[in-house]
Amino acid sequence: MSNQTHTTDAIIIGAGPVGLFAVFELGLLDIKAHLVDILDRPGGQCTELYPEKPIYDIPALPVISGQQLTEQLMTQIKPFNPVFHFGQMASSLEKTTSGWRVTTDAGTVIEAKIVVIASGGGSFTPKKPPIKSIGDYEEKSVFYAVRKKEAFKDKHLVIAGGGDSALDWAISLHPIARSLTLLHRRDEFRAAPHSVAQMRQLVEAGKIKLVIGNLTDLRGADGQIEAVILSTAEVACNTLLAFYGLTMKPGPVAGFGIDMKNGLIPVNTENFETNISGIFAVGDINWYPGKLKLILSGFHEAALMAQKAFRYVHPERKWRFEYTTSSTSLQEKLGVRD
Amino acid sequence: MKIYVMEQSGVEHTLEGVEGWRLMSVIRDSGLPIKAECGGACSCATCHVYVADEWLWRLFPASSEEIDQLDGAFEVQGNSRLSCQIILNEEMDGLRVTLAPGTEA
Repeated sequence: MSNQTHTTDAIIIGAGPVGLFAVFELGLLDIKAHLVDILDRPGGQCTELYPEKPIYDIPALPVISGQQLTEQLMTQIKPFNPVFHFGQMASSLEKTTSGWRVTTDAGTVIEAKIVVIASGGGSFTPKKPPIKSIGDYEEKSVFYAVRKKEAFKDKHLVIAGGGDSALDWAISLHPIARSLTLLHRRDEFRAAPHSVAQMRQLVEAGKIKLVIGNLTDLRGADGQIEAVILSTAEVACNTLLAFYGLTMKPGPVAGFGIDMKNGLIPVNTENFETNISGIFAVGDINWYPGKLKLILSGFHEAALMAQKAFRYVHPERKWRFEYTTSSTSLQEKLGVRD
Repeated sequence: MKIYVMEQSGVEHTLEGVEGWRLMSVIRDSGLPIKAECGGACSCATCHVYVADEWLWRLFPASSEEIDQLDGAFEVQGNSRLSCQIILNEEMDGLRVTLAPGTEA
């Protein structure tokens, strides 16, 4: 837990494409930003769900992948030195005398004049197998991530999944686990070829047991599993690590006290402010008549949001509308002026 | 064209299919609880359906990308498909599918 308090101008919740572009629009108006994101890297859905997929509707870019779009946005906002707090969820929002305070689940505290919610479809969390009793075992004997390898020492461990996370952890944990079974629905793995080869060798050598089947149920009591149940068999174990990828769940934004409608935040389309002064919502999380969940809409929303944000952050200054093409002061901020 | 979609609970819905649309879009736009979170990019496996046996062989076979993506779904069976990868055509009038566990919106 870090209890250091950061002070800045704007807190952006969500570092997807729209959150990143908000840094740019705010930056042009001398508004510094900190970003909080539950993922460990920028890009949101673009890098988590479809990094390699082509996007065809970004103006002036006939085709760009989710990964490339994120990289380009990171380059574009570099002059504004945004501060990122990755791997953390913005868990609470409170009013302060001069603005707002956001606290993350990792204990990071950030204070700022305004807050921009750019949380898209919600927080990415591990997909949980649809087994009714699974909640009874989570964080006791069923896990979706490895925080400390030591926690798996001497365990009879089942790792479920066929991607890189499943194989990497199987390879890494087999020396310390008492036994390790890799469970996957088919005898083919989409993980990196060298990991697959290494796993096959360990199976051959008897260090890892490979079981092909679908996880359908769990057997155990008082939070302690005794076996994972497959359609055709069961595997005795005392710990399960399940890696089925990530999914989006509504995040803590719903508890922030902002008006919401069907899980979305209604905004004023003049400035993308919510019903609370100084709190804005841009991108897929907001709603207004005619809303389209497009990256390009989010970019437009960020630009209008920043103009109103300026009035909160720099109330003493006169607002001026300028073009990056012709404004020497904007060019200085961008670091492109000789 | 009619498409029959059964929920896990056993309740069946008759939907109007549109030629050229993704089956996922027809299900989602009808208001049925399907997560379909990547919006049809074959990237999330949250539009997983079971296709009725008599229809399975009449569909265009799954690509290797779709089969890989099914690793992120649950309780995958021989008749598992991602509904975003099924493009409807007139010959699919009467198609019957069941929403798979783990795809609830």
